Amino acid sequence: MLSIKNLHANIEGKEILKGINLEVKEGEVHAIMGPNGSGKSTLASVLAGRDMFTVTEGKVTYMGHNLFELSPEERASEGIFLGFQYPIEIPGVSMVNFMKTALNEQRKHKGLEPLSSSDFLKHMREKKELVELDTNLTNRSVNEGFSGGEKKRNEIFQMAMLEPKLAILDETDSGLDIDALRIVANGVNKLKSPHNASIVITHYQRLLDYIIPDYVHVLYDGKIIRSGGKELAFELEEKGYDWLKKGITV
Amino acid sequence: MQLRKVMEKDQDKILHEVTQSEYKYGFVTDIESESIAKGLNEDVVRLISQKKNEPEFMLEFRLKAFRYWQKMKMPEWAHLQIPEINYQDIIYYSAPKQKASGPKSLDEIDPELKATFDKLGISLDEQKHLSGIAVDAVMDSISVKTTFKESLADLGIIFCSFSEAVQEHPDLIKKYMGSVVPYTDNYFAALNSAVFSDGSFCYIPKGVRCPMELSTYFRINAANTGQFERTLIVAEDDAYVSYLEGCTAPRRDENQLHAAIVEIIANNNAFVKYSTVQNWYPGDKNGLGGIYNFVTKRGKCAGENSKISWTQVETGSAVTWKYPSCILLGNNSVGEFYSVAVTNNHQQADTGTKMIHIGKNTKSTIVSKGISAGFSNNSYRGLVKVTKNATNSRNYSQCDSLLLGDKCGAHTFPYIEVDNKDSIVEHEATTSKIGEDQIFYCNQRGIKTEDAIGLIVNGYAKEVLNKLPMEFAVEAQKLLQISLEGSVG
Ligand SMILES: Nc1ncnc2c1ncn2[C@@H]1O[C@H](COP(=O)(O)OP(=O)(O)OP(=O)(O)O)[C@@H](O)[C@H]1O
Ligand SMILES: [Mg+2]
Repeated sequence: MLSIKNLHANIEGKEILKGINLEVKEGEVHAIMGPNGSGKSTLASVLAGRDMFTVTEGKVTYMGHNLFELSPEERASEGIFLGFQYPIEIPGVSMVNFMKTALNEQRKHKGLEPLSSSDFLKHMREKKELVELDTNLTNRSVNEGFSGGEKKRNEIFQMAMLEPKLAILDETDSGLDIDALRIVANGVNKLKSPHNASIVITHYQRLLDYIIPDYVHVLYDGKIIRSGGKELAFELEEKGYDWLKKGITV
Repeated sequence: MQLRKVMEKDQDKILHEVTQSEYKYGFVTDIESESIAKGLNEDVVRLISQKKNEPEFMLEFRLKAFRYWQKMKMPEWAHLQIPEINYQDIIYYSAPKQKASGPKSLDEIDPELKATFDKLGISLDEQKHLSGIAVDAVMDSISVKTTFKESLADLGIIFCSFSEAVQEHPDLIKKYMGSVVPYTDNYFAALNSAVFSDGSFCYIPKGVRCPMELSTYFRINAANTGQFERTLIVAEDDAYVSYLEGCTAPRRDENQLHAAIVEIIANNNAFVKYSTVQNWYPGDKNGLGGIYNFVTKRGKCAGENSKISWTQVETGSAVTWKYPSCILLGNNSVGEFYSVAVTNNHQQADTGTKMIHIGKNTKSTIVSKGISAGFSNNSYRGLVKVTKNATNSRNYSQCDSLLLGDKCGAHTFPYIEVDNKDSIVEHEATTSKIGEDQIFYCNQRGIKTEDAIGLIVNGYAKEVLNKLPMEFAVEAQKLLQISLEGSVG
């Protein structure tokens, strides 16, 4: 589904991704861990098409497309969803309007008719229940005045609404209380199918108690320096990152 | 601006149907018209009056105004750069040729004219109206047709062209014309008073709620011609009317002058709601051509508990100079001003309002939303004046500016003069930018940049758009997005 080969990216001349390799297949869950500033969010942004980063080298193939030939909105409509580490506020635009526009744009891209208002509302009600989202939030402006946890939950709600093929969740667990964490994890698990995949960026092993990853990768200084199974997360929790750093051969 | 009732309740959908970024109303109608020679002098003023077969008092009014104007200078205080206008190079009267003069039945109107208004979305055929809107359709210097005149007359409502009102209701014209905007008011008001050619007149008698929206649609068609129209609305005690105004013009490389006057009088307990969607040709991307829109709009809340509410969506014109205002004379009277002004490319707008509190317990609300893009300049200029006897008066002003890009300007010039200690005046202002991160967030959900801007801008302007009658609101939303197309990315 997603194949990243030797990906290099920089911002304002500063190299941040220094040769990433990653293969994600349908049905898989990948966890990416790594210290602050190692480039996790940058990787997510580059995959989503944020143009402030410049890709200098490497190749990314997604569902048979050269990913870099697709605009951000095309990537979204082709099923890439990014759960933002810091969700953006859009004053004056209601969540309902925002989601309706997004959903119908994606449908248009796929050659489908827009959803009728009643179908849309039904779809929204279902998904809201799934992520136990407060009814009020969808009537408010996008993320405006939402608490940290509400913003994160809202990201999962949007993911549920848009039913992506590849979900990239950037620290969606940070700032969540334990109930919210369970709900978010539940949301992710319910959307899991043999046809889609997720990349979960996190600092905490506890999320991985709920979302069982097939692979865990450690991103350090713009490179994946270690990949392993679920056990790797426990090891990191116990030992931190230092023992891995020592092992790097430059 | 189209006045037709848009059937889709689903306003959001509209945003995505819009793909065309061109000015849609830029066509010219090929119709024979009768124009007088270029230039302005007393003879021209007399000629206009004569063509309209006006009573003596009108000619006198025009001549006084003209003589006054000759002594005046064009105002320079606005934050606008206007090339010098050669007033001798303008045609002051141009009328599409018509078979019959006076009130016309539909069959007597030139099919070309009918087709023009159809193309603009304005049906002159009453049968074809889906909704309750009566239209006075004005092209260049004259009113082409006023619909629903007869059925409104049954309620005692007078709705007709200004010229007709001069003939049929001279007493009302004599009494009210110039009573809110005297010809001495300003340069363009004096010019208009001298050469105005048509416009609309509306009179709602005591106790009558006008059952349909009344509207005037202004269309400039002829080249090298100025448009000078006047609208006069009088609401007697306990009367109510909602009035709409729309305007468009062909795309031309030369600038054209539009200098209008709107006067509103609201007596005891009367409520007049006046909405404008101004979509004159804005000029091209490089600032070539476009309408100079210099307009004086003012309402007088003459009676107690009266209310005048202005709502404007300004997207067109190369230069806009316009301050719809309220004189709050009656005790407990209320004035409102809700405005969205969009400037893109090289457009300039200096717009705002004046709220003059004279009566006791008077209230005013100002909500101004400026949106600037491209190389444009957008200024809010507003005066809140509370006179000595306006005890217990209140004003709340909110002026927001939204910037798209970094080559445009947004400016706020609030003037506050309070001579009464028991009154409260509040002013809030914000400036914001559409952030790249907001656009990217939308993109990431599948929304194209243009649609994202439409969504954000309409969200920003919602408070004002909600004040428009439904028929206008949907079109105005579309218009906002079209006006800003190509402004980011
Ligand atoms: N807009 C920017 N301008 C300059 N440097 C940036 C920018 N965005 C990211 N960086 C830098 O790129 C590096 C990687 O940042 P990134 O956000 O990808 O880290 P991260 O692994 O997600 O960290 P965290 O765990 O704290 O979220 C950091 O050194 C950061 O300062
Ligand atoms: Mg990060």
